[in-house]
Amino acid sequence: MAYKGRVHKFGSDVNTDEIIPARYLHTTDKAELARHCMEDADKDFHKKAKHGDIIVAGKNFGCGSSREHAPIAIKAAGVSCVIAESFARIFFRNSINIGLPIIESKAAAEGIRKNDSVSVDIKAGLVKDITTKKTYKIEKYPPFMEKIIKAGGLMESLKKKR
Amino acid sequence: MGYTITEKILLRHTKDKEIHPGKFIDARVDLCLGNDITAPFAIEEFEKTGAKKVFDKKKVVLVPDHFAPAKDMKSANQCKVLAKFAEKYGIKNYFEVGRMGVEHALLPEIGLALPGDLIVGADSHTCTYGALGAFSSGVGSTDLAAAMATGECWLKVPESMKFIYYGKLSKWVGGKDLILHTIGDIGVDGARYRAMEFCGETIENLPMDDRLSMCNMAIEAGGKNGIIAPDKITSRYVRSIKNKAKPGNGRFYSSDKDAVYYEVKEYDVRKIEPLVACPNLPSNVRAAKKLNNISIDQVVIGSCTNGRISDLRIAAKILRGKKAKSNVRLIVIPATQKIYLEAMAEGLAKIFIDAGGVFSTPTCGPCLGGHMGILAEGERAVATTNRNFTGRMGHPASEVYLSNPAVAAASAVKGRIAIPEEVL
Repeated sequence: MAYKGRVHKFGSDVNTDEIIPARYLHTTDKAELARHCMEDADKDFHKKAKHGDIIVAGKNFGCGSSREHAPIAIKAAGVSCVIAESFARIFFRNSINIGLPIIESKAAAEGIRKNDSVSVDIKAGLVKDITTKKTYKIEKYPPFMEKIIKAGGLMESLKKKR
Repeated sequence: MGYTITEKILLRHTKDKEIHPGKFIDARVDLCLGNDITAPFAIEEFEKTGAKKVFDKKKVVLVPDHFAPAKDMKSANQCKVLAKFAEKYGIKNYFEVGRMGVEHALLPEIGLALPGDLIVGADSHTCTYGALGAFSSGVGSTDLAAAMATGECWLKVPESMKFIYYGKLSKWVGGKDLILHTIGDIGVDGARYRAMEFCGETIENLPMDDRLSMCNMAIEAGGKNGIIAPDKITSRYVRSIKNKAKPGNGRFYSSDKDAVYYEVKEYDVRKIEPLVACPNLPSNVRAAKKLNNISIDQVVIGSCTNGRISDLRIAAKILRGKKAKSNVRLIVIPATQKIYLEAMAEGLAKIFIDAGGVFSTPTCGPCLGGHMGILAEGERAVATTNRNFTGRMGHPASEVYLSNPAVAAASAVKGRIAIPEEVL
């Protein structure tokens, strides 16, 4: 599991209303959700985001609603992974369940700047800021979660269990 | 070492012999819940598994309440997905418009959420049922799909935080103010991943509706669940439910004396005044009386936080014989049909309409910027709801101030944030 992309930086307490406003929750069309991803935090995000890009944010990313539309919109917008100082719990479990890679790292969240080019190697436990040449160690997921992630999400992992 | 009430309920719902904070468990669920926003994704995932049936027809609950009665064609389609799924799989607890209410007001009211239950819901405010002494927590759509198929949900056992409240509440101060005060103190991630256990003499005397408001907003501090040990008030509440949707009165758990807590906080509630959470975070809490220069365009009284009968009674006490300021839209939304009927019978509906307000059918509508009271650019609302994030009730440049029903009603009369004493 390795990713590389340009960074879009956000502050703390980015909530699910900003990630995908409720006015777009009348659909399950992932492409449509992607078009409005992060709209109330940065209305041009969808235009700027390129495939593989990385979101870096402060603490409590994804707080608020349980809407899975939030990680779905981020994933569908082409974002390869989200790095934050910390994540709100429902957003965290939703991301694990749908296979959106998320990384909790205070040092990386603080050190990485907007537009930096960053590579992530989850297996090696490393985040590299290619622009600043800084490296950040990241903790591994607990084995219970790793099983879900490796299977490609919760539903896939349940199929294997059966 | 002893267990907290949260740990006891979780232990009871696993095959594990012991549990501790940080441990991952597959928990058996007594109930799983979805609404018209979250269930369509869950249903898509469920159907992909090829499952022929849900794990238990009586333990799946579907409530179209967010954009219902359907606000547009797309919402109508989402509601239809729920109705069809309920029909196909014989879901007993599907609540069509006319029988539905705001989910977290409806489930306790009809006895679907009982003490000791383990409930997961694809809605963040599922934590509400902790007021009855249940473990209940918000999850996502995929979790709901998995729960519908297997009857289980993966959970990480949370650390518990204990919040002790003592002293007598001042006039016009309720459960909403206690929880706003707490969130203001610890912040919107102050209880992240943790259980929030509310106790102390103030809680022991706190009516069920106020307890429901408190546990409802545990998520606004990042909490996994809010919980209050069941007692005489719980027992009375549960026993008074007519035609319960499931048998029994639940199972009462309480924390052991030697249970371990991550942190213990104490609050002298005599110092707590009616509060308001200012934009754009529920932790941005100030005394309502200090905000009397904030003019408003709309007041919303309702939601899973404060749309219960006692909330409407409080608002009516203030609005009786008065008018909402001419430029203020007053929107009152009883959270369920039962509450609606009670409000009619008690003359509350007439008080709101005479005050120049609207009295709506149950819906989550405006709380999440769905429908039935969306804010225009630059507009401000005082709402008894639970979130005031950027654009929550409409335009990204609109603002929401969260309060209890008394402050909301007084503010409607004054056309600015006001305390009840200013209008009585």
